[in-house]
Amino acid sequence: MIPLLRGHPRLLVGAGISLLLALAGLVSLVWTPYPIEQVVVAERFLGSGPQHWLGTDHLGRDMLSLIMSGTLTSFLVAGLAAGIGIGIGVPMGLAAALWGGWVEWLVLRVSDLTFAFPAVIVAILIATLVGPGESNAIFAIGIFNIPVFARVARGGALTLVGQDYVAAARLAGRNRIAIAWLHLLPNIGSLIIVQGTIQLSLGILAEAGLSYIGLGTQPPATSLGLMLRDAQSLFLIHPWLSIVPGLAIVVIVIALNMAGDGLRDALDPRLRRQELGHVAG
Amino acid sequence: MTFSKSLAMGVAALVLSAGTALAQSTEIRIGVALEPPALDPTAGAAEAIDIVVYQNVFEGLTRIDQTGAVQPDLAESWAVSDDGLTYTFKLHDGVTFHDGSTFDADDVKFTFDRILADDSVNAQKALYAPISTVSVIDPLTVEMTLSRPDGLFLFNLGRGDAVIVAPESAETNATQPIGTGPFAFVQWNRGSRVMLERYEPYWGEKPALTKATYVFISDTATMTNALLAGDIDGTNNFAAEALPVFENNPQFKVLVGSTEGETILATNNKKSPFDNLKVRQAMAHALNRQEIIDGATYGYGVPIGTHFAPHHPYYLDLTDTYPFDPEAAKALLAEAGYPDGFSATLKLPPVAYARLSGQIIASEFAKVGIKLELINMEWAQWLEDVLTNKDFDLTIVSHVEPFDIGIYADPNYYFGYDNPEVQALNEQLNATIDDAERKTLAQKIETIIAKDAVNGYLFELAQTGVWNAKLEGMWQNAPIEGVVLRDIHWAE
Repeated sequence: MIPLLRGHPRLLVGAGISLLLALAGLVSLVWTPYPIEQVVVAERFLGSGPQHWLGTDHLGRDMLSLIMSGTLTSFLVAGLAAGIGIGIGVPMGLAAALWGGWVEWLVLRVSDLTFAFPAVIVAILIATLVGPGESNAIFAIGIFNIPVFARVARGGALTLVGQDYVAAARLAGRNRIAIAWLHLLPNIGSLIIVQGTIQLSLGILAEAGLSYIGLGTQPPATSLGLMLRDAQSLFLIHPWLSIVPGLAIVVIVIALNMAGDGLRDALDPRLRRQELGHVAG
Repeated sequence: MTFSKSLAMGVAALVLSAGTALAQSTEIRIGVALEPPALDPTAGAAEAIDIVVYQNVFEGLTRIDQTGAVQPDLAESWAVSDDGLTYTFKLHDGVTFHDGSTFDADDVKFTFDRILADDSVNAQKALYAPISTVSVIDPLTVEMTLSRPDGLFLFNLGRGDAVIVAPESAETNATQPIGTGPFAFVQWNRGSRVMLERYEPYWGEKPALTKATYVFISDTATMTNALLAGDIDGTNNFAAEALPVFENNPQFKVLVGSTEGETILATNNKKSPFDNLKVRQAMAHALNRQEIIDGATYGYGVPIGTHFAPHHPYYLDLTDTYPFDPEAAKALLAEAGYPDGFSATLKLPPVAYARLSGQIIASEFAKVGIKLELINMEWAQWLEDVLTNKDFDLTIVSHVEPFDIGIYADPNYYFGYDNPEVQALNEQLNATIDDAERKTLAQKIETIIAKDAVNGYLFELAQTGVWNAKLEGMWQNAPIEGVVLRDIHWAE
């Protein structure tokens, strides 16, 4: 692992910052400088200082605590959404590559159809049916992730199914599920990890967007997008309240993208020129 | 050639725009946060309707002025019988509706028969229930008889719910309002604006403005930019958190006034544990009113200790009935059998004062052991869950109707307060006309509901208007819902 990092400074920096932020988020589960639901109106709009490193918001809550907790929400939502995408999308893609025919046709058409509905539309639909919330954002972004992983898995698997060792496994009498599990999955693993990192950063952006328009995380829980929403009408008077969560989102997304690019280069140099990014709608 | 031509056109355009800037001295564009669902104030409860049409497009027999007093309007005078049961109204002569038809006593009778009809959709039908007959004496005289004396009758006639409509246009007023007011409806671009223009044959004193446009902008940041860019000339109620942008700007004036909106932590009195007086008293002690006012209204709200407007002469200051005291709250909870507190839900409608107050109250209640789960909802869902089905523990809402203490006499109202003593007092209050007696009765009710801690009494909403510094004649206070254009004019 260490030599792998040494040759790839982008991976080193990106993964380092991402892990650090994720760690800060995890710490917020057990400890934050101040409890995030503690409202002290008398101490609102404080600038950065020794008591509150990043100042306080419009309800006197500690900004650092909010950012830590918001970062956790971002990683949690984006991570679970990537999990949904991998859990459903990868088997779909492998099935399409192995069975071909109508299975492949069905997987590709379902992917096209899902791509046609941006995450926001799916989120509005879910919000109308069950009300807004974090799980709403997870499902909406997760559904958007499914076709992305299905296509990556299918593309990776297609280059492998013609290989001699796959043919050998088939002649040895292994069924398709065993082939997928033992021979295809380990070999497309790196593709999935790289795509997963990129979807994580897109998921964080999408979660911030959904919370900003009021469809994601609801108070008193917090998220970076929700902090932006709260700060919006105060922007001209207290720009700091928007700048802090805004910068946090930018740093996380850039770090994850650097990590994703670096991972791609490190794991498979042949993929260097291949386009992996998809833009979340 | 082409260049000089376009230059000349540019200069012409500049001159033209300078011309419109000068001509604008009789026009106004007002930013409003909520778009009305329809434009008929006699068929809907939304405040947004009155903001556009009340006293501008439609007029009633009486009108409420900016001090909250009753003034004659379409009725130029009236006589009341000694028993307080018969009102004879003398109507103004020469009044026409905007479609040219003449206003007379038949329109008055039509309006009130429509309000009182079984299939009436009037939002305040109950206020007009005492009217037993409306009879036309001659085209300019109407007589109304009441089944019981009503101290607020003339005030109620001045509400947006009782404006006079014509039989020919009543059905289409929702989209094409036709009234007798100083401004006639021109156009409604859904989602964007409503345009009104001065009605030249108006019977009364002509307003200074010739054209008024209500522009609907729900987002505070957008409203801020529209004001700064001069796209709108003012707004009657601007989000308090962004007011500092305009406070020290000489191009704008900020008008801070009162409204009739008592903001309360409404409590489901029929549901355990809130049916226990000690629990309600504990909650009252746990509320830090000043913190809520500072946090949710940026200090503009006025503390209230009961369900009454602080600027009203009948108001009794009861804010010290249960002062902020977390220790007393904990002791009361222990006495009530909840030494470790309890959990409850707090349903919040989509307005800033409710959402912010909710977060602050949740934090305050947590300190005495009451754990609140905040549930944010849209208005439609709130109306169904809370107001109609009474499926709630706690909620935060502002009651914006003037003089609405009568809701405490209705055991079927959403917060479920059932006290025969208040019901008897309220009946007596409704039937009393003498001002001093009314005051005594109202204050008795105020005291009982404050002591019973029926709801958490938080603050009276303020009206914080932001207007172009050159505009004059806007109402500072809002004794009734509406943005009345009558006196607004541009200073020289």
